[in-house]
Amino acid sequence: MDVGKYDLNDTEILQFDPQQTELALTTKDLQVYYGKNHAFYDGSLQFERYKITSLIGASGSGKSTFLRSLNRMNDGVARVTGQIWYRGLDVNSPQINVYQMRKQIGMVFQRPNPFSKSIRDNITFAVRENGIKEQKKLDEIVETSLKQAALWDEVKDDLNKSALSLSGGQQQRLCIARAIAMQPDILLMDEPASALDPISTLKVEETMMELKKNYTIIIVTHNMQQASRVSDYTAFFHLGHVIEYAQTKNIFTFPQKRATDDYVSGNFG
Amino acid sequence: MDPIKTKIQTRSKETRQEIWGQLLSYAAIILIVAVVCSIFMFVASKGLATFTKDHASLRDFLFTTDWSPTTMGKDGRPLVGALPMIAGSFGVTVLAVIFATPFALGTALYMTQLAGKHGQKLLQSVTELLVGIPSVVYGFIGLNVVVPFVREHFGGSGYGILSGAFVLFVMVLPTITSLTVDSLRAVPSHYQAASLALGATEWQTMYKVTLRAALPGILTAIVFGMARAFGEALAVQMVIGNATLMPHGLLTASSTLTSVLTMGIGNTVMGTVGNNALWSLALVLLLMSLLFNLVVKWIGRKGRI
Repeated sequence: MDVGKYDLNDTEILQFDPQQTELALTTKDLQVYYGKNHAFYDGSLQFERYKITSLIGASGSGKSTFLRSLNRMNDGVARVTGQIWYRGLDVNSPQINVYQMRKQIGMVFQRPNPFSKSIRDNITFAVRENGIKEQKKLDEIVETSLKQAALWDEVKDDLNKSALSLSGGQQQRLCIARAIAMQPDILLMDEPASALDPISTLKVEETMMELKKNYTIIIVTHNMQQASRVSDYTAFFHLGHVIEYAQTKNIFTFPQKRATDDYVSGNFG
Repeated sequence: MDPIKTKIQTRSKETRQEIWGQLLSYAAIILIVAVVCSIFMFVASKGLATFTKDHASLRDFLFTTDWSPTTMGKDGRPLVGALPMIAGSFGVTVLAVIFATPFALGTALYMTQLAGKHGQKLLQSVTELLVGIPSVVYGFIGLNVVVPFVREHFGGSGYGILSGAFVLFVMVLPTITSLTVDSLRAVPSHYQAASLALGATEWQTMYKVTLRAALPGILTAIVFGMARAFGEALAVQMVIGNATLMPHGLLTASSTLTSVLTMGIGNTVMGTVGNNALWSLALVLLLMSLLFNLVVKWIGRKGRI
């Protein structure tokens, strides 16, 4: 199968009616360049609030690049043009305070990356830096975020243990807890389960289903089963273009584009 | 007879190479261990002779301040109070490292986190250049620049621990800097990414995450800097004044273990008490460098994640 022969400009993008649907984040004409290399083209996507949206596609399709642009983690790495609308503000403009913005749009990475501190300090790190010092309040935050990340029962007796002594799956849920300790609006997850075994993956997925009651989640995944299990909407990325964006069940059962069809049925990638 | 069967039962070129290689590396190891052991034994036998043969007391050596090995004290034992030199050595070492560490940290942070490619290259070559300057040049600059500077701005003759510490500061700076750079570079970049994604600023990330993660490496760098400062002889000797008196401050002429050693070893006769006393100082130096090494090992073990 010759991958290059799809028409990359023939796309099918779901549009919400902002009157009917509450949108958490909207991108408009987002382009990403690594030096001269144009890595992502013209992404205009809307993300519904309190839903999980998956970004799928082969390696190098630009989905992680797109995701990392959403909370400006590509600053200094790549040049991002276009707009990212969040609460009526374009967060991709220079006058935005990126540090405050990232507290609203949190991120969980592919590899579990807890700091080499205790479990408690991992969670309180950002909260303390944000000015909350009161011990009772901190304890409360530690407990609620660990509970939301479905890790509380496993670690509650050992909060002073090094985070690095946890298993990979626990570490990843700790990273989720750390991200939600800041009570962000939106959680970006960059292949959060790709370094985990199936059981840990399942736990992380259960955590995500629980989290979507309070958070909007955008997740990059290589695992199509995962996308179909957890997400409400799915966007298919190919060679730096968004080819198709629709409800997850439609993407997997009635893909509109040939590239999507070939990808979800395993003909390439 | 099956030719393959014979082949796998007889020695070939490869097995001979293997044996030869093993022999070579064992020989090298034995040689190095033998050299280290004999240095220790030699210095120890000479250094301990002060106490065994010349009947100096170890307590006097470590805790009294009269250094005049060729004369006898009231109790008939040679006067080998090495405390002034021990104090001098520790004084210049600790001061130099206290001066150098903040600068080294700042430089290393700049080199690894902030500087562009050109800045990194420039600073890299500057630190490498600092390492390559011979210590006599440092001593000479110390004599002509640091000593008058200290005399004018701090008082005294200009010779003393403070001048020694200033000279050593420049000498240990590159050691601490380059080792700190290595340990900062070894901090996985996903630590920084995680911190930034939580909304931390670059400074918060550097201070609370990167530096913390690199701490064992930085401590190792500091200890190596101390070892370098402790063992430096020539440059310190040129600016410290070389009076074997207990230092009464940072500005009075004093001496270090190394400076007394280099000054005295040519002027004493092998086997005499004066000579043996110097070997005792050398033994202290050797034990100190062993101690520094052990501390580095210990930090390394503690810091392993």
